[in-house]
Amino acid sequence: MTAAPEHTAYPVGGMPPTRTPADTPPPADVARVRDLAVTVGHKPLLIDVDLTVRRGERVGLIGESGSGKSLTALAIMGLLPEDLAPTGSVVVTGQGPGGIARMTSVLEAGEHGLAAMRGRDVAMVFQEPMTALNPTMRVGAQVAEVMTIHRTVADRGAAARRAVELLDKVGLPDAAEAARAYPHQLSGGQRQRVVVAMALANDPALLICDEPTTALDVTVQALVLDLIVRGVEARDAGLLFITHDLAVVASVCERVLVMYGGRVVEAGPVLDVFTRPRHRYTRGLIGASDLDLSRPEGGLYTIQGSVPAAGRFPAGCVFRNRCTHATVECEAVPPWVGSGPEEGFACAHPVVHHEGGGS
Amino acid sequence: MSRLSRGAEAVMPPPGRRSRAGVEATLLVGGGIVAAITVLALVSLVWTPYDVGEINATERLATSSARHWLGTDKFGRDVVSLLMVGSRTTLLVGLVSVGVAAVIGVPLGILAAMVPKWWGEVLMRANDLLLAFPALLLAIMLTAVHGQGVVTAMIAIGISSIPSFARVVRSGAIGVMKTEYVVAARAAGRRPIAIALRHVLPNVGSLVIVQASVSFAIAVLAEAALSYLGLGAPPGTPSWGRMLQEGQELLFVAPRLEVFPGVAIALAVLGFNLLGDGLRDHFDPRLEDRR
Amino acid sequence: MLLRIAERTAVLLVSLGVSSALVFGFMVLLPGDPARVALGVNATEADVSRLRLEFGLERPLVEQYLSWVGGLVHLDPGISYVSRAQIGPQIADRLQVSLILVAASMTIAVALALPFGTLMAVHHRKASGLVLSALSQVGVAVPAFLAGILLITVFAVQLRWLPASGWTPPAYDPGMFLQQLLLPALSLGLVQGAVLTRYVRSAVLDVLREDFLRTARAKGLTPMRALVRHGLRNAAVPVVTVLGLQLATLLVGAVVIERVFVIPGLGSLLLDAVGNRDLIVVQDVVMVLVVAVLIVNFVVDLLYLAIDPRLRTVAR
Repeated sequence: MTAAPEHTAYPVGGMPPTRTPADTPPPADVARVRDLAVTVGHKPLLIDVDLTVRRGERVGLIGESGSGKSLTALAIMGLLPEDLAPTGSVVVTGQGPGGIARMTSVLEAGEHGLAAMRGRDVAMVFQEPMTALNPTMRVGAQVAEVMTIHRTVADRGAAARRAVELLDKVGLPDAAEAARAYPHQLSGGQRQRVVVAMALANDPALLICDEPTTALDVTVQALVLDLIVRGVEARDAGLLFITHDLAVVASVCERVLVMYGGRVVEAGPVLDVFTRPRHRYTRGLIGASDLDLSRPEGGLYTIQGSVPAAGRFPAGCVFRNRCTHATVECEAVPPWVGSGPEEGFACAHPVVHHEGGGS
Repeated sequence: MSRLSRGAEAVMPPPGRRSRAGVEATLLVGGGIVAAITVLALVSLVWTPYDVGEINATERLATSSARHWLGTDKFGRDVVSLLMVGSRTTLLVGLVSVGVAAVIGVPLGILAAMVPKWWGEVLMRANDLLLAFPALLLAIMLTAVHGQGVVTAMIAIGISSIPSFARVVRSGAIGVMKTEYVVAARAAGRRPIAIALRHVLPNVGSLVIVQASVSFAIAVLAEAALSYLGLGAPPGTPSWGRMLQEGQELLFVAPRLEVFPGVAIALAVLGFNLLGDGLRDHFDPRLEDRR
Repeated sequence: MLLRIAERTAVLLVSLGVSSALVFGFMVLLPGDPARVALGVNATEADVSRLRLEFGLERPLVEQYLSWVGGLVHLDPGISYVSRAQIGPQIADRLQVSLILVAASMTIAVALALPFGTLMAVHHRKASGLVLSALSQVGVAVPAFLAGILLITVFAVQLRWLPASGWTPPAYDPGMFLQQLLLPALSLGLVQGAVLTRYVRSAVLDVLREDFLRTARAKGLTPMRALVRHGLRNAAVPVVTVLGLQLATLLVGAVVIERVFVIPGLGSLLLDAVGNRDLIVVQDVVMVLVVAVLIVNFVVDLLYLAIDPRLRTVAR
C-alpha cells in the first residue's frame, strides 16, 4: 500500500506548474552545486552534495536537524563560518543589467564579489524573524538599504518609496506607517514579511528560505508561505525551500532533495518521492509523517535510533546504523542510481514499489 | 531594571570566551601569582632577609647588590624585605574587606531574591546607589572622621564591595528559585531559611568565588591608593602604596624605588583578575567558543 | 518618550535628595564632634562650644541638614570651620581644574577603547586579537596613579620631555598648560581606556553574533560595513551604560592623580580638608562629586533613550 502524505489545505497555487513547452529556450540554472563538501577540522559535515535550481523552479530540501541542509544554503550564499572549509563548485547565476547573465563562483570569489551577489542575485530568508532585523533601525530603512547597497534604484528617495511599495505588497497594513516603525513594534509574522520584502526587493534570480515559517504561529504560516510563492512566481525566480515539514514541501515545491548525514540520499519530483520513496530513510520519513499509516502489526512508523552528532555518521551509507535493511554491502558508500543529480537515490537496498503496493 | 543595574551587570568584567586551553592557562597564571604572593606573605611572618624596623643610615639608597637584591630605600631598609612585609598588608586588607563584603552581601543578595518582587527592587535600587559610590571616596570620608588606619581602609573597602556581591548573588539566586526542585520545596511548605541554606547557597557558591577574586583585585588597588594618599597604613606599617608615596620625592634620584612596589601592585591585581576570569570561564558550562 | 524623560528627571531629583541625606547622615552620625575635631586635641571646652554655636551645630539635625541642602541649592556650601573662608569660590576654582582633567582623560580613554576594542573583537581568534587582549589585561591591572608615576619616570625623569608636576591655567600659558595636562590625562586615560576596551570588545563580540548582522551580510554588506552600519549602534548600548559608571571611577582616580602631579583640583581640596580635619569641606566636596556623578548618569540615561528605540515605549 502506498502511503500518500496528507495534504494540509494551504491556499497556495495547488499543483505545481507544468514544464515549459519545447520551443522556448531552456531555463537557466540559477544555482549549480557540484561535489560540495564541507569539513570542520577533520569532521565531514557535507559530502558530495549536488544540487541544481533553475529559474522559476521550486525545489525543496528536506531533512532533520544535522542533515546539512542549512549548511548547503549557507554555502550557496557564501556565508559559511570561517572555520569551515568548503570544496567543490558552487555557481550562482543572476541577471545583470541588460539581461546579461552574471555568474559568481561562490567558493572562489572574494568578499566583494560575494557581497555584490548577495541580496542581488540570490537572497535568503532565515528562520527566526524576531532577531533578524536591526532593533535600532526603522523597518522601511532596512528594506531601502538593500536597494541602495546594490544601486538598483536611482537614489535614496526612490529606495524609500519602493520600500513602502514592497511593504504594501507583502501585506503590511498601512505600509507608510509600517515603514517608520521599529522591529519591536511588529509581530513575528509581520517581521518575517519585512524580511521577505527585503529579500525580493532587487528581484533576485534565486530565493533561499531556511525554515521561514517554523517559528511562526500556525495561522500566519500559510500567509507567509503564500507570500513567498507568489513573490518568486512574479519574478520567475528560483526557490530553494529548506524545511523538515514534508507537508509544506508537498504543497510548495515541484522537486525535492532529501538529505541525511550531510549527503543527498534521494531526489526527484515531489509527487514521485513522496508517493514512491526509494531510499530507506525517505521511506521512514514519509511513514513517520503520516499519522494515518500504521504498521501491519500496529503502532506508528518510526525510524529506530537517533540522529548521530555532526561528523559522526557511519562510514559507507550514512543511514546504515538505523536501517532495518542494512547489510555488509552498505559499508561502502552506495552509488547514486538515477538520471542525474535531480532524480535518483543512493541506497543498496531501496524500497521496491509494485503497482499499487510497496514493501 | 534601571540603567544603573544594567550597568552594574556590566561592571563584572566581560567573560573571556576562551577555549579550554586558554581557560586553563589563565587559571594557572593567575593562581600562580596569587599563590606566590601568599607564600611571600606567610614567609614574611617568620623571616625576612632584613629587619624592616631597622633604620640603617649608612646603607641609604643603595642600588641592587648581592646583599640587597633590590637595593634599599631612603632609610636604608632592604627593599625585598619591605615588599614581603607589604604583601602582608595587601593580603590582609584584601581578605578582611572581601570577607566583610561577602558576609553581608551574600545574605543580602539571597534575601533580595527571595522576598516579594517589590521589596527586591527597592533593595536593588539602594544597592545600585551604593555600587556607584567609589571605595576611595568612602574611605576618605571615614578617614576624615576616624583618622587613618588599616582598619578604616578595610571597613571602607569592605562596605563598598558589598553591592557587587549582593547583585551577583541575587541574579544567581533568582535563577535557583525558578528551578523545579525549589518550587516544589516551597509548595511543600519548607521554610525559606531552609531553602536558602540547602538549595540557594550551594548553587551560588561558584558565583561568590568568582566575585571574591574580582573584589580582591579591586581591594588591592584601593588599598594601594589609600596608602599612597597617606590614608591607609600608617607610617610604621610597610605597604606597597606607602612605598610608592615615600619614593616619589626621590623620583629623579632613584626611580627604581617606585618601579618595584609598582610592579608588585600591578602583578597582584593582574593575578587576582586572571584568577577571577579563569574561574568564571571554568564554572561556565558553555566553554568552547564555536559558531 | 516625554514620559521617559520626566521619569528619569524624577529619579535624578530623588537620587540627589537621598544622596545628600546619606552624605550628611554619614558625616554626622560618625562618632566625633566636628568642632572638636577641627580645633584639635588641645582645644578647651569653651572654644569648642563657641565654635559649635557659631556654626549652628547645636541645632537639631534635621534643621542642620535642611540648612545645608538649602545652601547647596543656592550654590553656597558654607564656611570652613578651620579657615573661616567661603567654601564656594574654592570649590568653583578647583572644579574647573578637575573638569578639564576628567574631560581630557575621558577623551583619551574613549579614543583608545573604540578602535582597539572593535579590533580585538573582530580579530578575537587571531594572534593580533590575543596580543591586544593581553595588553589590555595589563592595562586594567595598573592603577592610574601608578601609571602616572611610571610615566613621570620615563617622560620627565629620563627623557625630560615633559614636566613632572604642576598646573598652569590655560589662559595664562597655553603651551605650559598642555604640557602639564598631558601626563596626568594620559595616566587616567590609558588605564580607563584599557578597562573600557574590554567592554567595547565584549559588546562588539555580542553584536557580531546577532542574527541581524547575518541578515545584513545576506543583503550584500561586507563584514566591516555590516558592523559599522548595523552593529555599532547596537553595541553602543552596553558601552554607554559602562561609560557612566566609568566616570565615577575616573573622578575618584583624578583625586589620586592630583596628588601625583600636584594639581589643584577638587581632589587635593578634599585631601587637604581631610588632613586639616575640616569636616564641612569634606562633606561639601564629596557632595559635589556625588552630584557630578548623578548628573552624568542622568545625561547618559537620556543618551540611552536616544540610541535604543526599544526603551522609549517599553514599560519597565
